[in-house]
Amino acid sequence: MTSSRFIITVIGSDRVGIVARITSVMASFNVNIVDITQTIMQGIFTMIMLAEAPQENFDLAAFQEAMSAEGKSLGVEVKVQHEDAFRFMHRI
Amino acid sequence: MYINPNEILETIQMVRMEHLDIRTVTMGISLRDCSHPDIEVFNENIYEKITTRAKELVRTTNEIQSLYGIPIINKRISVTPIAVAAESCRSPDFVSIAKTMDEAAKDSQVDFIGGFSALVHKGATIGDLKLINSIPEALESTEKVCSSVNVATTKTGINMDAVGLMGNIIKKTADLTADRDGIGCAKLVIFANAPEDNPFMAGAFHGIGEPECVINVGVSGPGVVNAAICELENPNLTEISETIKKTAFKITRMGEMVGREVSRRLGVEFGILDLSLAPTPEIGDSVAAILEAMGLERCGAHGTTAALALLNDAVKKGGAMASSSVGGLSGAFIPVSEDAGMIEAVRAGALSLEKLEAMTSVCSVGLDMIAVPGDTPASTLSAIIADEMAIGVINRKTTAVRIIPAPGKRVGDSVEFGGLLGNAPIMPVSNFSSETFVKRGGRIPAPIQSLTN
Repeated sequence: MTSSRFIITVIGSDRVGIVARITSVMASFNVNIVDITQTIMQGIFTMIMLAEAPQENFDLAAFQEAMSAEGKSLGVEVKVQHEDAFRFMHRI
Repeated sequence: MYINPNEILETIQMVRMEHLDIRTVTMGISLRDCSHPDIEVFNENIYEKITTRAKELVRTTNEIQSLYGIPIINKRISVTPIAVAAESCRSPDFVSIAKTMDEAAKDSQVDFIGGFSALVHKGATIGDLKLINSIPEALESTEKVCSSVNVATTKTGINMDAVGLMGNIIKKTADLTADRDGIGCAKLVIFANAPEDNPFMAGAFHGIGEPECVINVGVSGPGVVNAAICELENPNLTEISETIKKTAFKITRMGEMVGREVSRRLGVEFGILDLSLAPTPEIGDSVAAILEAMGLERCGAHGTTAALALLNDAVKKGGAMASSSVGGLSGAFIPVSEDAGMIEAVRAGALSLEKLEAMTSVCSVGLDMIAVPGDTPASTLSAIIADEMAIGVINRKTTAVRIIPAPGKRVGDSVEFGGLLGNAPIMPVSNFSSETFVKRGGRIPAPIQSLTN
């Protein structure tokens, strides 16, 4: 692991307020958005964010739990994964 | 733009839909410093060593799992072959050692512990024989302990005395676990050319040439390979091979990343990455399905051996490009009971023991998780082992036999082991006797291929 950057994916059906509510959870954990993109893939709303977590005192497990709980109440699936999971697989 | 949505979604899809997982993180632990003539002291020593070394294994592995969002299914431990570590114990049997390993595994919260093993490819020591004779009771009285015996190598030939003995040991193990369809045999592997760093069970042990402690990782993903092939439009076999190679590359990279991070956090050397397409009973996680996606009506049809050869080779090539630490078995597994497609193929009459034997000459292991009638004579089991060992020895590859003579069961019945071990229809064996051949004993000499020095 070389950074504290995470890929956050939100997958589900589109509705009002997804971005607002997900990003407010991020803000409460002091997690910064580096890049954001959203598309409709095969009719499914997909938002992908590259986010930077604070270097110190960051509780990943609590953040993942809060994001996933917020996702549940919105009816979407939210995943927080370290960026290496994607970088390693696709880039040399 | 830092994000490539296609790459990210591809990875997510592999995990969510296609069962990509890290099958196991296996910690290899040397027990060579635990020797003692008193078996009680030896047991204390190994318990202490295993639980100390593996103390943080499960916690760390779980952290990595949530960090990357990649499921890590099993955490395992492999140890120095007990026949070696316990050679100096005066006790006539080694069952208590297996029980101690079981306890250490439970207290370390791992799923399996391998290494109740002996290497007897050229001959057996007193300790080897004590261990082998303890196997049936050891597997009956423990849950997590796995056992393996290496009876042949290309360099030494086949120890037919050991092959003869193992037929009886398998029978005894089945009988002692008769109330559970002979499940003890699902934890016992007979090897030719056993790898010393294999993280997969039941054959994992921590080889003699291995360091003090090591992390080996096994990655799997038959579902991912299958999905990649199915996406191709009317491909030829060269294109299929290319796709498997690329997919294997990606899966291997994931395993390498996880292995390195686990070993960094534990401060333990990273050993090898084993990319093996290991099926599970879940629908879509099948090696047979890959062969069928290549165009065979059913796994076992003529052409299956060729298709499996292509698959195994492409997996190895993709893996070798992705990591410099590829080891273990790395290829395709064909365990019948653990693969929904194989089970279907057997039930449909498409796949026989003979065809499976042919397939083992081109896949990474051997006759795996095959249930045969309970009244199969020990000599027939030994002869099945001998055939499989011959394929391994002559082809300079690992082969193995994990066979269950299910007590009281006949062809047409099936056995249910549950979990990753799945269920298996009973397959017929030849009714002609091999007894005289097996009883001759001795050694089938090392083949001419071994004279390379």
